[in-house]
Amino acid sequence: MDLEKFKVHGEPLIYGAMISIALATIGIIVGLTYFKKWGYLWREWLTTVDHKRIGVMYIIAALLMLFRGGVDALMMRLQTAAPEMKFLDAQHYNEVFTTHGLIMILFMAMPFIIGLMNVIIPLQIGARDVAFPRLNAISFWLFFMGAMLLNISFVVGGSPDAGWSAYFPLASIEFSPTVGNNYYSLALQISGIGTLMTGVNFIVTILKMRAPGMTLMKMPMFTWSVLITNIIIVFAFPVLTVALALMMFDRLFGSQFFTMANGGMDMLWANLFWVWGHPEVYIVILPAFGIYSEIIATFSKKNLYGYTSMVFSMVIISLLSFLVWAHHFYTMGQGVMVNSFFSITTMAIAVPTGVKIFNWLFTLRKGRISFTTPMLYTLAFIPIFTIGGVTGVMLAMASADYQYHNTMFLVAHFHYVLIPGAVFAVIAGFHYWFPKVFGFRLNDRIGKHAFWWIAISFNVTFFPMFFLGLMGMTRRMYTYSEESGFGPLNMLSFAGALGLAIGFVILVYNIYWSTRYAPRDTNGDPWDGRTLEWATHSPIPAYNFAVIPKVNSRDPYWESKQKNTPLYEDKITKIHLPNNTGKPFILGVIFFFLGFFLVFSMWIPAIVAGVGIIIMLAVMSFERDHGFYISAEEVAATEKKLRGETV
Amino acid sequence: MNKKGPLYALFLSLVLLLPGCSSLAVLNPKGPAARTLSDTIILSILVMMGVLAVVYILYVFVLVKYRAKKSNEGYIPEHEEGNKVLEAIWIIIPIIIVAFLSVVTVKSTHAVENVAEQYKDQDPLVIYASSSNWKWHFSYPEEGIETVNYVNIPVHRAVEFRLYSFGTITSFWIPQLAGQKYAMSDMLTELNLSADTVGSYMGRNSNFSGKGFAHMEFEALVMTGDEYNEWVQDVKANEPELTEDEFKGLLAAEHLGRKTYSSTHLTFSPPPGDHSEHMSGDGSEMNMENGNEDHQDNKDIHPSPEPSSQTEFDGEPNPELEEPLPSFPADESTHEGH
Amino acid sequence: MKIDASKPLEYSTEENSNKIFGFWVFLGAEIPLFATLFTVYFVMVNRFADGPSGAELFEIGPVLWETLLLLTSSFTIGLAVHAMRLGNKKATLVFMGITLLMGLAFVGIEIDEFFTYVHEGATLQTSGFLSSLFVLLGTHGAHVSFGFLWGVAIMIQLWREGISPATANKTFIFSLFWHFLDVVWIFIFSFVYLKGLM
Repeated sequence: MDLEKFKVHGEPLIYGAMISIALATIGIIVGLTYFKKWGYLWREWLTTVDHKRIGVMYIIAALLMLFRGGVDALMMRLQTAAPEMKFLDAQHYNEVFTTHGLIMILFMAMPFIIGLMNVIIPLQIGARDVAFPRLNAISFWLFFMGAMLLNISFVVGGSPDAGWSAYFPLASIEFSPTVGNNYYSLALQISGIGTLMTGVNFIVTILKMRAPGMTLMKMPMFTWSVLITNIIIVFAFPVLTVALALMMFDRLFGSQFFTMANGGMDMLWANLFWVWGHPEVYIVILPAFGIYSEIIATFSKKNLYGYTSMVFSMVIISLLSFLVWAHHFYTMGQGVMVNSFFSITTMAIAVPTGVKIFNWLFTLRKGRISFTTPMLYTLAFIPIFTIGGVTGVMLAMASADYQYHNTMFLVAHFHYVLIPGAVFAVIAGFHYWFPKVFGFRLNDRIGKHAFWWIAISFNVTFFPMFFLGLMGMTRRMYTYSEESGFGPLNMLSFAGALGLAIGFVILVYNIYWSTRYAPRDTNGDPWDGRTLEWATHSPIPAYNFAVIPKVNSRDPYWESKQKNTPLYEDKITKIHLPNNTGKPFILGVIFFFLGFFLVFSMWIPAIVAGVGIIIMLAVMSFERDHGFYISAEEVAATEKKLRGETV
Repeated sequence: MNKKGPLYALFLSLVLLLPGCSSLAVLNPKGPAARTLSDTIILSILVMMGVLAVVYILYVFVLVKYRAKKSNEGYIPEHEEGNKVLEAIWIIIPIIIVAFLSVVTVKSTHAVENVAEQYKDQDPLVIYASSSNWKWHFSYPEEGIETVNYVNIPVHRAVEFRLYSFGTITSFWIPQLAGQKYAMSDMLTELNLSADTVGSYMGRNSNFSGKGFAHMEFEALVMTGDEYNEWVQDVKANEPELTEDEFKGLLAAEHLGRKTYSSTHLTFSPPPGDHSEHMSGDGSEMNMENGNEDHQDNKDIHPSPEPSSQTEFDGEPNPELEEPLPSFPADESTHEGH
Repeated sequence: MKIDASKPLEYSTEENSNKIFGFWVFLGAEIPLFATLFTVYFVMVNRFADGPSGAELFEIGPVLWETLLLLTSSFTIGLAVHAMRLGNKKATLVFMGITLLMGLAFVGIEIDEFFTYVHEGATLQTSGFLSSLFVLLGTHGAHVSFGFLWGVAIMIQLWREGISPATANKTFIFSLFWHFLDVVWIFIFSFVYLKGLM
């Protein structure tokens, strides 16, 4: 065994990362042992099949990844803050921007959104859990292990370094001989399978498990957005699965898909990647639209304006999202006709998106708008995202794109889309639904401080990039010369990045502060909510609803509060719940090892791990676990206790 | 829409305040292609300013008017379903805007993909620009000279760059003269440009290509016709020939300074086949050219105003195969599926 | 667990009917998966570099056998589900057994084909065309092989438990999977082999 290839040589930075990972691991192990929490961790979290806990784990993982990706971003901005900086060398800069992109899209934005949908969707549709709770746990552990696999690459063997889009031939073994891009293909593959399973799970959950009376056109907008998102997942992710498999075959087994010799075709990768990649953007942005719709309705105390057109615009966006992928490479020489086609489909997306913006504005109109922290993020989203949207239309024009492509203008554009469109949304959703899960609100004053830091710094960071792009600065340059004149604006951008970092630190401090000092909610409905998730207690009992609610409007809970009509008509009966199981976790761990062994071409251990997976699947197939029942009396007692009555 | 004026002024002042207009290379064109693009960009910025203005005005208005305040405490907004007429308005107007911009796009794309109007009647100067590692090679087949990391072109002359790569996908970009285009290993792409001002312009690879990417720049020097001819004669007289060995050395090197030779590599290392529309309308199928490491023989090295779409392939069986396969009709099959 | 007697056994509980629907959604994801592989194959089909083309490589004999086996097995798995609905455990097991044996024979022929190709110097590494051919066929073959293992596991459960809501559900879902593989094979047969031989 050649140990050399596991090592990453280099800089104090890498050694620092190694040491901090080692220290954190030791710290966690020691802490868990000291406080005797191993059993608790295993029983309550690692083996859980409860959608709420799985959702919380997704969100925790996403927050950790947000900080990993954020540190990457800070390093990039620092390295480019001034001409000829010597903070990172080219190779490390390349690794850093590659992992920044991968982590932020696949291991931050997506899991954060999947976490929120896990927590909220069953509640919003009045269900006790998702359709397949165990599959849900498998999804989570596959995602988590994929994320871990990518993260260890930084210290074991080297990170992927060909950009998050990993264009061939650059990502081929010839031009990228380290194991970095093996990590890319396997880590993404493993977590991608998890995401695909999530897609199947939520489609079934939403289509088959809604509370009685909730027709499709009475579903809350977030549920609609999640349904459409998961349909996109089911149709887009298999393309990524294939693309990554071909990449793996090229890199590990010498096949000739994207090579320069023997009939390989590098352009094929770009096509496959973006056939998945563009819908992926909508996978993170459509749920965000759903979150904003909920928040705007709640805090302007009005129902959503133009519900039907909101739904249809999302459907149209999802269809168009599959027809625009070539706008990522207008410059590949495919000619006027093809470029024009993709220009028009791309610009067409602006129409349904515009419909949504105006519907939101008209929801606010004649409302009574209160500026809470989640609402602030939502309100900041509208003007910032509109800039992202209109620059998107500008980029969609094939001819003009010949000048924007690969420049900082593009970088500015997609951050103007993705940060308000996804990051603000998950933060807003986090603040909005936090009290539902934990039973207390995050402090509004500290939250607003964080908000203003983040919102202003965001613009300071990314607005200058529009100009840098027009000046001719391309993306992914680790350094530039003094004469280029890129210096001052990059320095401004770095200052903004520091401000963003401060904002996020305040946000985390708020979680700590509120956990200790914030007053606890008592009625489960701190915001005067409209949809079903606010109709149950906070924290939420394991069974979600003691009695499945009956729905006859789009805002059932609001309706029942206004008209004083009962949501629950049936009597409490015994409730069936699934048992916890450790198998999804174990399956995830084996997948992790399979991935790791394949990364390093260690065939025998990889085969052993592969057989282990088949054995685990067989064990799960033979298992007959019928779950357990909570008796009606026990449910009634829990309900009383949660209402604050003495038993 | 009457707010557009002040906003445009604001934008302009921002532009001037920040880096100064002349440093925005993209908006400071020195040739017809770049000028078309610059005009397109400015037009789209103006239209988008209008859109932004509408959204922003509406946004500020609703936030100010309908914010929660003491005077409207206890006010419960009424249920409001939506409004067919209003919704139709914000569907139809964006469609009109998009249609307008689509027309602009198609026209301008067509314009920059072809030789500029005023140079239509010229025989374009053909230059092959190929990238390897982090260098650019410029071959002038008509003149029989080759340069590395700089390209000289005559002013007021249609120039046709034919782009390809000896490795990773790169993107050939001289922002002040034209938009960019990819250079790839298995397909020849084409970029038309011309300059109408003498001067030195920054050119670079804009598509990330690995470690040396940041430094992959070249100088595009636009000179008068006389100067250009003089330079060509000078190169032919005084510079060494580019031998195959020398060229291998060039390819292997990571970075090189400027080099100049009095012959081109095209004779012994022909470029890949010409491109045609490689994606059909639905984009799912690509042109199938028989990819081969040794770029297909292109008998079309000598200058001609129009690139030939001919690709030929000598189907020699690989002598290293243990059981040589019968020679197969590869040269026919290359044209299938076009 | 609530059992709805008005429905077939495999649909009888909410969980069962969700599982069947969920599997349909999963097959919905398999369609773009194979569609992508086919697209890759069509892009690569003429890029055979120094290697052989499809016309030189393919032989109709084994492919016809494979087709015959898989089509027949699709029929027998249908018979198995029919027998299961009638409550005939033994017939169900027999038909499933026949199905799986034919699946196994299919995989056997395919592996033999692969060995022949490799022996002729046509490997995964030879050309873009062969890479895409091996991966397309291999993915389908891997599905059949996995289906074989899965089917055996279900047969053991059927044999031990008899026809219960759980085993009926699994058998039915398995039959969906098997039919799907058959459909994919028809596409491979037509667009890879027949077109390649022409």
